[in-house]
Amino acid sequence: MYETRYTRPSSTGEAAEIISAADEGKLLAGGMTLIPTMKQRLAAPDCLVDLAGCGLGGITDEGSSIRIGAMTTHAEVELSGMVQSAIPAVASLAGGIGDRQVRNCGTIGGSLANNDPSACYPAAVLALGGTVHTSTRSLTAPEFFSGMFETALKDDEIIVAVSLPKPVRAAYVKFPNPASRYAMVGVFVAVMDGGITVAITGAGQDGVYRHDDLEAALTADFSPEAVDRVTFSADGLLSDIHASADYRASLIRAMAKRAVAAC
Amino acid sequence: MISITMTINGQSVRADIPDNTLLVDFIREHQGLTGTHVGCDTSQCGACVIHIDGRSVKSCTMLAAQANGRALTTIEGIGDAQNLHPMQQAFHDNHGLQCGFCTPGMIMSAIDFVDNSDNPDEAAIRDALEGNICRCTGYHNIVKAVQAAVPKMDQ
Ligand SMILES: Cc1cc2nc3c(=O)[nH]c(=O)nc-3n(C[C@H](O)[C@H](O)[C@H](O)COP(=O)(O)OP(=O)(O)OC[C@H]3O[C@@H](n4cnc5c(N)ncnc54)[C@H](O)[C@@H]3O)c2cc1C
Ligand code: FES
Ligand code: FES
Repeated sequence: MYETRYTRPSSTGEAAEIISAADEGKLLAGGMTLIPTMKQRLAAPDCLVDLAGCGLGGITDEGSSIRIGAMTTHAEVELSGMVQSAIPAVASLAGGIGDRQVRNCGTIGGSLANNDPSACYPAAVLALGGTVHTSTRSLTAPEFFSGMFETALKDDEIIVAVSLPKPVRAAYVKFPNPASRYAMVGVFVAVMDGGITVAITGAGQDGVYRHDDLEAALTADFSPEAVDRVTFSADGLLSDIHASADYRASLIRAMAKRAVAAC
Repeated sequence: MISITMTINGQSVRADIPDNTLLVDFIREHQGLTGTHVGCDTSQCGACVIHIDGRSVKSCTMLAAQANGRALTTIEGIGDAQNLHPMQQAFHDNHGLQCGFCTPGMIMSAIDFVDNSDNPDEAAIRDALEGNICRCTGYHNIVKAVQAAVPKMDQ
């Protein structure tokens, strides 16, 4: 790992100041993505700004939605009674991330900021119509996610929390990569007051996306059989050592059926 | 350089270290506690698992500076050759290890799991050890060992 300077400010304001003044500063949350990247020398920030002291934890019930602080770990979301009763699909999504040790450190803010095309949380935030609150503004999910590993975040902008509207029913099912548990394909189906939404992760070349054809089919008939009537094209899907685009297209169908059945 | 203080296995520790020191290197190289192992470069094998404030973490994927002010337990802190921890005794009794390289991490993960789980059945044990890779045993005896440790740890 290259040399760096470690800082642990006590507010987001101070964190933003340090990061703006640094040449190539990086915010540090759970470190589950950033530290491995630094170990491989794929990232060489001259300054790390640990958000652990900024008070960004905590889960609150806001009536029609649940607000989760950016530094809330996957384990805290998994075990939160509030999340388990209001959005059980999100508690089980968090409980299926990586392994116990990754969940004890990794955070929802870090996962969203990274926007890995195979990450689980982006599917929940997009399907539920969540809002990402940053140090300067609030962004809807489609405004926030802007492509593979890309978000609307500016260099000195810090995610402080995310609000997730409570669905009528929802389920997330993924086909995990056997080694990492990242989603080879993950499907989040949400029945919201305003209609049915389906978000797909792990498959799209531009990261997480909504599946219009699935949404239309499920709006007409909310059943696993309705999924079978949809045509799944491999166009625009990822192809890598883990799975071809064709295989991913077929996984979308299989995971969508399971998610609808689990709703 | 950065100054850090923490408790390791009940002992207070103070050190000045380069900011980019990984926690596992601090434990092994600076503190000489070589029971914590390094088995991979990808945060996947779990040979480096220790406890911070009672929760299992991968010490290869954390900076020593992030552990500043916290209480750490390594494999050396849970028992010794004369007084094995019930989990260590259960691995011994059930032939839960062969080469032993993965064992410190397995035991630290398993203790965190048993301490913090309401229902430590076989499926839950297998799920809890997802982050620990063993290249020798085939896992069955490890799972048996953890099952055997549950009633002993409850006592
Ligand atoms: C073995 C392993 C298995 C995994 N399996 C899965 C899986 O199954 N599913 C899954 O979804 N993920 C998985 N992950 C990734 C894991 O969820 C990470 O925790 C997550 O992607 C990054 O979160 P973090 O808190 O660790 O962030 P960090 O690694 O600390 O940071 C990641 C990036 O986000 C930025 N950042 C962090 N916090 C903020 C913030 N508040 N505001 C702005 N920018 C910020 C950082 O600067 C950095 O660029 C896995 C990781 C590992 C090591
Ligand atoms: S050394 Fe492999 S996970 Fe830490
Ligand atoms: S006993 Fe050899 S790796 Fe597990």
